[in-house]
Amino acid sequence: MTALDTAVDMTTALGSVPLVGPVLTASGCSAFGQELEPFVDLTTLGAVVTKSVQLRPRSGRPTPRMAETPSGMLNSIGLQGPGIDGLLAGELPWLAERGVPAFVSIAGTRVEDFAELATRLRGVPGVLGLEVNISCPNVESRGEVFACDPVAASDVVAAVRAAADPAQPIYAKLSPDVTDIVPVARAVTGAGADGLSMINTLLGLVIDPDTMRPVLGGVTGGLSGPAVRPVAVRCVWQVHQALPEVPILGMGGIRSGLDALQFVLAGASAVSVGTAVFSDPSATARVHTELAGALAARGFSSLREAVGYAHR
Amino acid sequence: MSPYLTAPAPRADHPPVQREAEVLAARPVGAYVELTLAAPEVAGRAQPGQFVAFAVGGPMTANLLRRSIAIAGTDGAAGTATVVVAPHGPGSTWLAQRRPGDTVDVVGPLGRPFPLPEPGTTALLVGGGYGAAALVGLAALLRSRGSRVLAVTGAADAARLCSVEELGETADVVAVTTDDGSAGRAGRVTVAVAELIGGSGIAYACGPMPMLRAVADAATAAGVPSYVAVEESMACGIGVCMTCVLPVVGADGLTRFSRSCTEGPVFGGDRVRFADVGSLPWDVVGADAMGVVRP
Ligand SMILES: Cc1cc2nc3c(=O)[nH]c(=O)nc-3n(C[C@H](O)[C@H](O)[C@H](O)COP(=O)(O)OP(=O)(O)OC[C@H]3O[C@@H](n4cnc5c(N)ncnc54)[C@H](O)[C@@H]3O)c2cc1C
Ligand SMILES: Cc1cc2nc3c(=O)[nH]c(=O)nc-3n(C[C@H](O)[C@H](O)[C@H](O)COP(=O)(O)O)c2cc1C
Ligand code: FES
Repeated sequence: MTALDTAVDMTTALGSVPLVGPVLTASGCSAFGQELEPFVDLTTLGAVVTKSVQLRPRSGRPTPRMAETPSGMLNSIGLQGPGIDGLLAGELPWLAERGVPAFVSIAGTRVEDFAELATRLRGVPGVLGLEVNISCPNVESRGEVFACDPVAASDVVAAVRAAADPAQPIYAKLSPDVTDIVPVARAVTGAGADGLSMINTLLGLVIDPDTMRPVLGGVTGGLSGPAVRPVAVRCVWQVHQALPEVPILGMGGIRSGLDALQFVLAGASAVSVGTAVFSDPSATARVHTELAGALAARGFSSLREAVGYAHR
Repeated sequence: MSPYLTAPAPRADHPPVQREAEVLAARPVGAYVELTLAAPEVAGRAQPGQFVAFAVGGPMTANLLRRSIAIAGTDGAAGTATVVVAPHGPGSTWLAQRRPGDTVDVVGPLGRPFPLPEPGTTALLVGGGYGAAALVGLAALLRSRGSRVLAVTGAADAARLCSVEELGETADVVAVTTDDGSAGRAGRVTVAVAELIGGSGIAYACGPMPMLRAVADAATAAGVPSYVAVEESMACGIGVCMTCVLPVVGADGLTRFSRSCTEGPVFGGDRVRFADVGSLPWDVVGADAMGVVRP
């Protein structure tokens, strides 16, 4: 495997920023990277995508926060996190000291929150760029999720692009819970997104047959894991077909190198591994090795050649 | 002075590893199965109170999440670790069906171990059901440091008692209770705890949450520090998913939603807000950002 591995050029980029490899963590699935240190060499990852941060510290929702589902899980964490001050004081310096690139996921409930977060992250050492988690309820629009409305989504992205460090690419993270994902993708790239992350979780619900009530404290939750992979590959495919120039960070149920290969062939130039890390803490490194082997076995000399190859 | 009798449990001495471990022995013990694993790195690093997380179901499994199981014992020289598994849902049932020669993917040791008292302190150890297994290593360690060890083990019935023999070999006193009276005294562990807590300098408990709460309350009321090993639903066991949180009072006196896997599973018994588990009290750090305001 090692011989094949070294034969393929696995470098890629997030917008204008080069990455050593195409495999990243997924927001909310590797915390801030620290806990993975015993299992993987974090510097070999494309980047650590951090848990979505908001302006203030958040407790998150009450438990139960998770339910296992066939080949996946439902979660309702509620964006528990330290807030931007905590992140800037603790987690980001920890990553920077180790030379681990951070792709910082930001979240908010109003457009100004996102813009303020982008301002606070300007020029912060080690921050490669921003992933804008627009799968959040918009308090100014009766809680409708930004990502489900092309106008609200592009308002957020435009505000972030205007406030953010010009050297930091911004990726808008799209929700699959829309009738047609292409208009949202078009709107946010028109508003200045340098790339797209897709997909976030799908809204789901599990009812406990014993208590005859929803299992999760938050009632509904986000479905992730291999169960959602075909939906995710379809989203990447549709958006790449419509907007071939827009870089895509693909995710949703990636567990192996062949899973990652599907995303690359559909049009993703990098991938995030999320839920699979819960079952295998070294999944990111393994997926990288397996993807390199799979590309070599198919005669590709670089990852870049394979991006979107299924559309030929 | 802190109003708390306990300090938060410090981190373990060693980071975890991920390994394929061969099952060397599978022994039924009452309603449970004791598995002995060839896992030298886990055995060499583990401290009492820590746990391991297993992948379940094999390569074709649709059950992706790890199952957390307490480490019941280690033999550093033999390079083995034992766990006691209670078949419950699909994952624990699969684990309980492993046979010698099978391999399992295991991550560990995980979580924070039980903090130890001054050498010679009399210690009360309370185990409910398979929770007693997690106290066997602790009992031996305490004895080696000159503690008198008083053990209480209880369960619903005789088949669900665990590690009575092993505890009997190390502890100075072993009290057994069952809810149905099929072994030992009829009733809950709390009856025995009430009798023994006064003579103890520290208490430890592992078992179901209502039992942990009862032991922690009894200890705190008697002015005795207690440490409990909690069991909260976990998806990863390594601290990355945030599913396993409990409201716990930190060293600074503030309550946070703390991860049972990395900040626990051992918490100061007087620091876990048992009554608030499953709700979001206004004074949890960050509850205001969730729209929960002070009443
Ligand atoms: C620190 C710790 C130590 C434990 N020690 C032991 C032990 O020594 N022996 C033993 O038999 N069991 C132990 N458990 C409980 C054991 O983890 C669960 O019984 C088991 O995960 C249930 O999985 P399942 O597939 O059978 O059930 P399911 O209900 O199908 O499990 C579904 C999901 O929920 C999680 N889950 C469900 N119940 C629990 C629970 N009680 N605790 C944690 N996660 C849960 C599982 O990990 C899985 O991800 C321990 C739990 C923790 C947190
Ligand atoms: C427990 C959990 C927490 C998550 N938290 C976030 C988050 O904070 N921000 C975000 O943008 N996505 C979050 N996600 C979504 C993932 O980043 C990812 O988009 C999704 O889970 C699909 O990928 P996967 O199947 O590989 O997990 C979370 C997912 C899980 C399972
Ligand atoms: S089980 Fe995942 S953070 Fe504790």
